[in-house]
Amino acid sequence: MSRFKDVEHLLRVAAVFAVGIALFVAVRAILVPRSFGEYGHYRGNAIAEIAAQPVVFAGHQTCEACHSDVAEVKSKGKHATVNCEACHGALAKHADDPGTVQPPKLDTALLCVRCHEVNGARPKNFPQIVAKEHDPAEVPCEACHQPHSPLMGLEAKP
Amino acid sequence: MNFTRRQMLMLLPAAAIAWESVMAGTPEASPNYAMTDHWWGMLIDISKCIGCGNCVRACATENNVPDGYFRTWVERYHVSDDNLVSPVVDSPNGGKDGFPPRLESGGKDFFVPKMCNHCADSPCTQVCPVGATFITPDGVVLVDKKYCIGCRYCIQACPYGCRFLNPKTQTAEKCTLCYHRITKGLTTACCEACPTGARQLADLKNPKDPIHEFLRTHNVQVLKPYLATGAKLFYNDLDGSVR
Repeated sequence: MSRFKDVEHLLRVAAVFAVGIALFVAVRAILVPRSFGEYGHYRGNAIAEIAAQPVVFAGHQTCEACHSDVAEVKSKGKHATVNCEACHGALAKHADDPGTVQPPKLDTALLCVRCHEVNGARPKNFPQIVAKEHDPAEVPCEACHQPHSPLMGLEAKP
Repeated sequence: MNFTRRQMLMLLPAAAIAWESVMAGTPEASPNYAMTDHWWGMLIDISKCIGCGNCVRACATENNVPDGYFRTWVERYHVSDDNLVSPVVDSPNGGKDGFPPRLESGGKDFFVPKMCNHCADSPCTQVCPVGATFITPDGVVLVDKKYCIGCRYCIQACPYGCRFLNPKTQTAEKCTLCYHRITKGLTTACCEACPTGARQLADLKNPKDPIHEFLRTHNVQVLKPYLATGAKLFYNDLDGSVR
């Protein structure tokens, strides 16, 4: 055993290293979430957490499940491609609880010009008006145009 | 608090189970959704955009985006007749309140909605030092806000300027392509609110998606193709002056 006479200090260092590595492995196993690396260098559970965010816009399919009469009128008019919540706003809460959560009343004076006020950057074929010339008396738009089927003189009037 | 040995012994397994659930995270939110069946992108048709700002407002409502920050925004370009390479771009409040009419005449004007390009080889995910931002197996670039340390590397790395630091949480934030909606079979909030269909969510792995026919029959571009980011935000009728 004379060959190993002076190795005690080496063994001590080796022991310190071994404990250190064991500690690192143990702490790492506790701290790194189990789903880390499931799909790549990130926490796999983050995907499900982001997907669990609540929905605010119900989607037109949800609206049409109850308001099929409006969907019918709209599908034949110029606004067929305009989804309900484009004008009515986000209404998932109303869809979840139609009894207590009522959609807010809309102001056509603000809503219609948002899309239809003339603007040089809008596509030329998009119907645009100068509100001050088109409606100098500030008659509400819906007095003449039914918003769900806005062309005048069509059978789809209210 | 004084625990007897018996109480302590009963408490320990309960704590262990609670810790286990913390480590496991939240359960899968959409059990019928298979990530491997999808590869998401979006189509933006410039010739249909009317600059109403519906998408910007819808995004802010759906995702609780703080005021003055944008996950999507609309830019208005003005390209004069004699200078095709230096367009004048404005985007008042991200286009949230619409655009006042431009007074000078001449040249051409058009709107360009912008948002995260959900790049297949994204620079932003490559620079994250902690694995807080990543691309999902279905092609959506997301941020894990529990892991984000707010170092802003990704914000600088994005060539499209699509990220910002949330002033409240101090973590990087960006468009999630409404991941919570598309995994439930809904379209994104911006697409839902777009009145002209200028925005269309596209599933490139779905052979029945109209995007394939559209890409074949139209002149579609991505932004900054020379960066080879693999951008999946397809622009139809995009003017060459758009950066």
